[in-house]
Amino acid sequence: MWSLLQIELYKISKRPRTFIAFIAIAAIVFIFQFAFKADGESYMNLMLQSVNDTFEIDKSKAINGYFMCYIILNTLLIQVPILVALVAGDAISGEANMGTLRLLLTKPVSRTQIILVKFLASFIYTVTLLIWMAITALFISLFIFGADDMIIFRVKGDESQILQITQDDIMWRYLAAFCYAAIALTVIAALAMLLSVYAENSIGPIIATVSIVIVCTVISNISVPIIDKNVKPWLFTSYLVGWKGFFYIATNQDGEPIKGSIENWGAIRNSLYILLAHIFILLGITIAVFKRKDILT
Amino acid sequence: MGVMLEVQNLNKKFGDIKAVDDLSFTVNEGDVYGFLGQNGAGKSTTIRMLLTLIRPDSGTIKVFGKNLSEQRNEVLRQTGAVVERPDLYKYLSAYDNLSIFAKMSGVKVTRKLIMDQLDMVGLADRSTSKAKTFSQGMKQRLGIAVALVHNPRLIILDEPTNGLDPQGIADMRSLIGNLSNEMGKTVIVSSHLLNEIEQVASRMIIINKGRKIAEGVVAEMLDPAHTIVQLGTTDNVKALSLLLDKFPDFHASLVEDTIMLEMSKSDIPKLISTLSLTGVEILSVQPRHSLENYFLSLTNAENHVEPAAN
Repeated sequence: MWSLLQIELYKISKRPRTFIAFIAIAAIVFIFQFAFKADGESYMNLMLQSVNDTFEIDKSKAINGYFMCYIILNTLLIQVPILVALVAGDAISGEANMGTLRLLLTKPVSRTQIILVKFLASFIYTVTLLIWMAITALFISLFIFGADDMIIFRVKGDESQILQITQDDIMWRYLAAFCYAAIALTVIAALAMLLSVYAENSIGPIIATVSIVIVCTVISNISVPIIDKNVKPWLFTSYLVGWKGFFYIATNQDGEPIKGSIENWGAIRNSLYILLAHIFILLGITIAVFKRKDILT
Repeated sequence: MGVMLEVQNLNKKFGDIKAVDDLSFTVNEGDVYGFLGQNGAGKSTTIRMLLTLIRPDSGTIKVFGKNLSEQRNEVLRQTGAVVERPDLYKYLSAYDNLSIFAKMSGVKVTRKLIMDQLDMVGLADRSTSKAKTFSQGMKQRLGIAVALVHNPRLIILDEPTNGLDPQGIADMRSLIGNLSNEMGKTVIVSSHLLNEIEQVASRMIIINKGRKIAEGVVAEMLDPAHTIVQLGTTDNVKALSLLLDKFPDFHASLVEDTIMLEMSKSDIPKLISTLSLTGVEILSVQPRHSLENYFLSLTNAENHVEPAAN
């Protein structure tokens, strides 16, 4: 299995499209960093417009590496599914398109092993992508903007909140958030791979995956009671941004943040269960379909 | 000589179309076994079933005495194949392609092994070139190297001369000869060209519309005295059962509305009198001059275009 995984990772590393995602992430992060370095205070003024009278915030300190990473992740983690689909959607359909699938399947390796290895390779690719995001969005931002306490803005119900996290309480939250994002993005990889089994070229599953994510995201954002109750809890897109939960710090009775706390750990845990269930179900269907598939290409 | 491959009552349908229809045949160890049929006759579907790329609807396949569906990996470890085009990873070098598939076949890969294999197919000096820069003939040779790298006992080549120039075709024939004569491998070669099979195979099967038309030693089957008879009767099922009972040496099968018989010309009167005595009315008896003519008639019928009616 290890040898097969090495082969799969080697193949992924040799394909030019693999690096599109890394270049895209670096470019987006650089644009954010450049814009905030040049005119970050205008952004802060805009964000703090409604609370300027209530709070007094040192804007130059608020724009620090931790804050930058939060802003970048907020934007980027919505786009990353497309980048994950680029590789996972190509896993089986790309082999079918090249004609190598039939050669692969005449080797003494079971179809289940092939799917598991390709899934693991997609997972490793996703984690590598997130590590790259951490390097560019977090560590380089810390280098450029420095470290300080992190201030985040949150809309909870009808009210806006400003949360402050001390800098010695941030790093573990980012680690947890990236781990959560890895699981959330693995759902996308599992979905793209399932669609990949049905297709004979990679464009179809990539577009189909992105379309499904868009449709489900729209549904996740519709506020209709019947959908809220019966559909949203089961949609994986309802949990894609659940990583933010690690930054929603709990407060005591006086409204003071409690260091090392999370406001709603139960919600995060449930989100993780649902995302993991999606992964196992999608992977199970993929294996079942692929095992019965006639290779006609 | 032991049995290398035994196929029994193999069936496969795609929707309403029967791609392979109750097909049975046997390949002996050391054979170069020709698989002959027109395009769409069911050759590739059968070969893909032999390689577990397609699941049969029914029937059994035994390779080296092992049931393919139960011991797939053990069988494939000793089988090498090129199915239709030798498609490879275009963005990888010849060396990388061969290494990857060798590892997947369970081979302990060394540089020497890979370079020796590339040398055997005349690609050692192109080992670092990407497969996308290769001609069809070079890809075919690399595909052969992939099929042979794990030293398999059984080699399956599906239309191996497709797309090759005359020199490439000659090289391929020579390679198939070497695999059998010098290395003692069992080779199954499919083609839609009788001439192609005639030149490389020791035994062959002819299939049409997924059914076996004839099977045997190539030299005997192409003997002009050997005849294929197309027989039409009022009750083909009864006639076929009778013929199988009375003439076990004949190779008889039902293809659509006709009974196909592989027999000696001199036995035709005996055939007619036997059927007449049992009350089966004969509608037509069409002897073909030879297997070659018969195969050509199949091909011509396929290629014949009816003139448009005025």
